[in-house]
Amino acid sequence: MNSMKPINRKARKIEEAVIAVTGDVQALQKRGGEGKVYYPMGCTLNFTPGWEVDVSGGTAGLCQPVERDLFDCYLGCGWPAQVPDHLNNAPDWTDKCASAANDWRKVDIVFP
Amino acid sequence: MSTAAATLTGMPTYRLREYHAFDSAGSRFLYLVPSGAIFALDPLGIEILNRVGEHSLTRKELVETLLAEGYELRHIQAALQELEHSEVLQHGDETVEPPKVPELTFPLQRIVLNVTNQCNLACGYCYEYSADKISKTDGKPKYMDQQVAESAIELLIRESAQRPKIHVTFFGGETLLNFPLLRYSVEYARKRSAEGGKQVDFSLTTNATLLNEEVVDFLSSNRVGVTVSIDGDRELNDRMRVFQDGRGTYEVMLPKIKLLLERHHTNSIGARVTLSAGVSHVRRIYEHLTGEVGFDAVGFSPATANPDRLYHIGPAKMNSILGGFEELAWEYRDYAVAGRQHGFTNASDTLKELHSGISKAYSCGAGLGLLGVGTAGDINLCHRFVDSPVGKMGHVNDGIDHAARQTFLETHHLGARYDCHTCWARPVCAGGCYHEAFIHYGDTSAANLHYCDWIRGWNDLCLRIYGEISVRNPAFLNRFSEN
Repeated sequence: MNSMKPINRKARKIEEAVIAVTGDVQALQKRGGEGKVYYPMGCTLNFTPGWEVDVSGGTAGLCQPVERDLFDCYLGCGWPAQVPDHLNNAPDWTDKCASAANDWRKVDIVFP
Repeated sequence: MSTAAATLTGMPTYRLREYHAFDSAGSRFLYLVPSGAIFALDPLGIEILNRVGEHSLTRKELVETLLAEGYELRHIQAALQELEHSEVLQHGDETVEPPKVPELTFPLQRIVLNVTNQCNLACGYCYEYSADKISKTDGKPKYMDQQVAESAIELLIRESAQRPKIHVTFFGGETLLNFPLLRYSVEYARKRSAEGGKQVDFSLTTNATLLNEEVVDFLSSNRVGVTVSIDGDRELNDRMRVFQDGRGTYEVMLPKIKLLLERHHTNSIGARVTLSAGVSHVRRIYEHLTGEVGFDAVGFSPATANPDRLYHIGPAKMNSILGGFEELAWEYRDYAVAGRQHGFTNASDTLKELHSGISKAYSCGAGLGLLGVGTAGDINLCHRFVDSPVGKMGHVNDGIDHAARQTFLETHHLGARYDCHTCWARPVCAGGCYHEAFIHYGDTSAANLHYCDWIRGWNDLCLRIYGEISVRNPAFLNRFSEN
């Protein structure tokens, strides 16, 4: 928070609650600084769909916004990805996709 | 544009919600009500609240005003969002959820065993023996026996549900008149708590006149926290704290207190001063008890008394007491900024509550997590009501009267104390002591209106001190996070 600085413990709890509602994801927005190529910070492997960069070093020019949507973001990090519900309703939607880097075209289409 | 006009035209306006603003160490702070959160504001935040405080403004009007003052739009938008979500500003009409009465199964945390209703002193202001006495001890045993103590401890363990820590406090009369039971109870509670997988702590209040090496060593080896009732130096203490033949108690107490302070280092030992009309010299008492007697912690409390009593503290004297509190509190501030501990517990207790951001629905734990037990095993609201017809809540043999307890909790909830609903100090006060209210107004559920100005003055002072410590030595505040 900028205009209000939390001082006591209750204020810090409120700050957490406010950031949870109003905050944004910092990791995808931080730039590398002047003269540096921008690679989004994250926790996935280079060859997992999700962290490719385009020719300019950003993600804006990718053909589709896959950076939020596949395996590691969703399973490993609990990211709110726009993928089928792997836990309850579509547990096998990626069964034909053994290696995401090679088989990503084989993921099932799931209709809600 | 007025609020009414805005509503008619359908445009919501900004309004201020409840908070108490205060300045300290060159910064503006907000104490939010009812959350109890404390925030420091930047200049834009201050400007927004000033503008909205002057008039109710629509978002468009407010943003335009701030843009004209040179603030950037993205900063204004972010600040408004923060102020709204923290409930400092209200945009349009919103309903406020009233606080809720807790569930019936609120677990017990502490019992106070009044191990005797007898005392070897005859202090003028004593609420157990003076004109304001409410307990009816006729037909009740003078001393609690082992069966009652065992049942009370069993009740505590049973009713504490999942709580890992429980507390037993020993009270009287003079607690040490029944030292054999105290010793038995500590051992019994330790054994039963260990079997139940709980940790138990002990504390007691005493007038110190019966302390000896055996007692002190027992208290020390069992880590029993001790509160000593003493009112200052010989002259001040002996005005109210006297034996039954009228002799002062200071001379008898002093060597015994020194013995206690010398041999007991396993738990806190504090002095508790009861202020009355003739004993209100806060600074003098504090310096004597810390400097000459050797206490590390000294707390003050005005005697609970009907206004008709001679020892009752009137408004003028109350102001001078607050002046004394203020002097010690600023000294506390100086110590805290220098990273040193100060023994004025009224300040440290309030600062600790402000640090956690407490927001009370009840003024204390009586009837909620704490219950008092009399010598015959009768359960009551707290030690001050033990053996009184008021606040009765069962018997240790039959268990807690949960219906009576729930009725009490419903009628004494902050939501039912209408006088408090517009007061900014209610998160820390919540209406004040039930016993004080009963003595003053004959009604435990009444808010202690005779203390309102005093409570607000004291909390404002502590907030300013808290704010200053947060600027000048923020690491000191971590001490309040312990426990």
